[in-house]
Amino acid sequence: MEGFLSSAIRMATPLLIAGLGLVFSASAGIVNIGTEGFMLLGALMGCAGSYWTGSAFLGALIAMVSTMLFSAVFAFFVLNMRADQTVVGAAINIFASGLTITLNRIIFKGVPVLAAYDPVDIPLLSEIPVIGVLFRQSVVCYLAFLAVPLAWYVMKKTHIGLEVRSVGENPRASDTLGIDVNGTRWWTILLSGLFSGLAGSYMSLGQLSFFTEGMVSGKGFMALAVVVLGCYSPLGVLGASLVFGAGMALQFRLQAANTGIPYQIITMLPYLITLLAVCGFVRGSRSPAASGVPYTKE
Amino acid sequence: MHTKAPGRLQRLFDTIYFPIASILASFLVAGVAFKLLGFDPAVAFGGLLSGSVGSLNAWGETLNKATPVILTGLSYAIAQRCGVINLGAEGQVYIGALCAVLVGTELSLPAALHIPVVLAAAFLGAALFGTLPAIMKNRFGSSELITTIMFNYVALYFVHYMIAGPIKDMNSGSNFAQSKQMLQTAQLPRLNAMFPGVTLPNRLHAGLIVAVLALIFYSFFLFRTTRGYEMRVIGLNRSAGECAGMNIRTNTLLSMFLAGGFAGLGGACELMGVQRRIMENAFNGFGFDGVAVALLGGNSSGGIALSGILFGALKSGATKMQMKSGVPTATVYMLQGLIILFVVGKRLFDYHRITERRKTHHGKEND
Repeated sequence: MEGFLSSAIRMATPLLIAGLGLVFSASAGIVNIGTEGFMLLGALMGCAGSYWTGSAFLGALIAMVSTMLFSAVFAFFVLNMRADQTVVGAAINIFASGLTITLNRIIFKGVPVLAAYDPVDIPLLSEIPVIGVLFRQSVVCYLAFLAVPLAWYVMKKTHIGLEVRSVGENPRASDTLGIDVNGTRWWTILLSGLFSGLAGSYMSLGQLSFFTEGMVSGKGFMALAVVVLGCYSPLGVLGASLVFGAGMALQFRLQAANTGIPYQIITMLPYLITLLAVCGFVRGSRSPAASGVPYTKE
Repeated sequence: MHTKAPGRLQRLFDTIYFPIASILASFLVAGVAFKLLGFDPAVAFGGLLSGSVGSLNAWGETLNKATPVILTGLSYAIAQRCGVINLGAEGQVYIGALCAVLVGTELSLPAALHIPVVLAAAFLGAALFGTLPAIMKNRFGSSELITTIMFNYVALYFVHYMIAGPIKDMNSGSNFAQSKQMLQTAQLPRLNAMFPGVTLPNRLHAGLIVAVLALIFYSFFLFRTTRGYEMRVIGLNRSAGECAGMNIRTNTLLSMFLAGGFAGLGGACELMGVQRRIMENAFNGFGFDGVAVALLGGNSSGGIALSGILFGALKSGATKMQMKSGVPTATVYMLQGLIILFVVGKRLFDYHRITERRKTHHGKEND
């Protein structure tokens, strides 16, 4: 049970981090399937940063900054060039897969030993039986969970959150009210880039301790699904990522237990859960009215 | 808006100008990136060029590589014409190849019959697989962006399972998970064996004919049939189609059926002409290449043919590029990503916009 909980939390964390960033850009009307590529770059740059500096946290910083710069490319094409968001996202993913493979071969010779995100025990809490394992995680993981109420507060209770949501619902009206539509979308995209970078670095430095080519394998798309299932709310994102995390932990559990089900079929589990989830729950979740539509100032 | 309607020549120029500008810009950016990474861009692009179009046999390789991506390009294009974004060609290719292997290794027929039967099986299997996201979209309103991508992984792992278990080749002597080899009668013949009198590249196989037929079918279907007309209307303006009494759901379903089918044919051609058996991850990337091909080709059959050949050239030249300059073959994906970016971001090179901005001094954009 302890092992299951711990692995569920560890699998949920990257989805949660990326999802929290995406809540902002998705609420502002941006459909960013490039998240997959962002996370891939974050995973690589996290490793590279840790390899160069010897510190996992500098690695995280490098991952976040470089992914944010990368997301600026997405923002420029989507907002300034008014290009189709899905297509730019797909291009970003293709580019990122080539870039990370190339950089991986140039930067690392062989499999280096990297400074990873070490677990930090929280005194007292970590000694509780069974659920104590929740308090033996890495700092990044704690930060992700602490960021949930913060993101919720900003999104639902502050002027900034209101602006973001109104830009996604009715850009024309927001513009009339003096809100800078593209400016808002710009910073939400950069924010989601920042978060995706951290999420990617958690996958490489928190889960694996090294980078493998194509390692994100759909988690970026799952983060998008998490936002839709979480009804564009940070609390919903938390719930949805925990469900996905549990699904992936179950997958590992089934692989370890000798069930006789071939492992390839078990590996499908998270993807099947996503498919079921978007069928079953998507009705309660409504995307912002201006999702995917570029805004042109008259 | 431009006040004057653009003339025929002007439109032709625009159709050619934007793709060329995008391709040049991509090579420029990639060249700078190569330089920064410590490679010589001139040597790299020289290798790319000579490896893809430098000789007759290089051309054959380019066309062989173009065949599956033209078909996956059609897959993306036909769905997009109907307003559906099919990012699932990746998985549909695998399902097509799987169906082709099943029919191509278990049935025994004369080649003249076997090849069409295998192609039909691949088309049908992948087409049915392609309708799953459409059914989910129609029934539950699930976004095909997420579902098509998730089905890619489902298909990939399912094929991995099949080639490691039920259809594994037990006699190959290797421990790798791989399917049996396609029977001789189910392999696509080489074109120089079909047309002995003509000088043709060595390895060029008959998949090219399938791709050409598919391109013709695509144009005919969209522009010469009522159903194709309906699809185009719905793709351009959903509510207009609905008002005119067109059935959105049926058209969505049919467009994804055809999209899956095209991608399945792509998988089958690659299997029957080149790979001969399915190995793990051997068909990765064809689906997303198709997205790029369709976009660069502007979803028209002529454009898809040309951009398919370009992407085929990138793939076939990549190996020589790596040999000559040390630039990893994966950089071709960077080039592809850049080409798509510049194609959809064509406002970047829009000379209408730039000249107009110069004319209107108050700097307000009028388009």
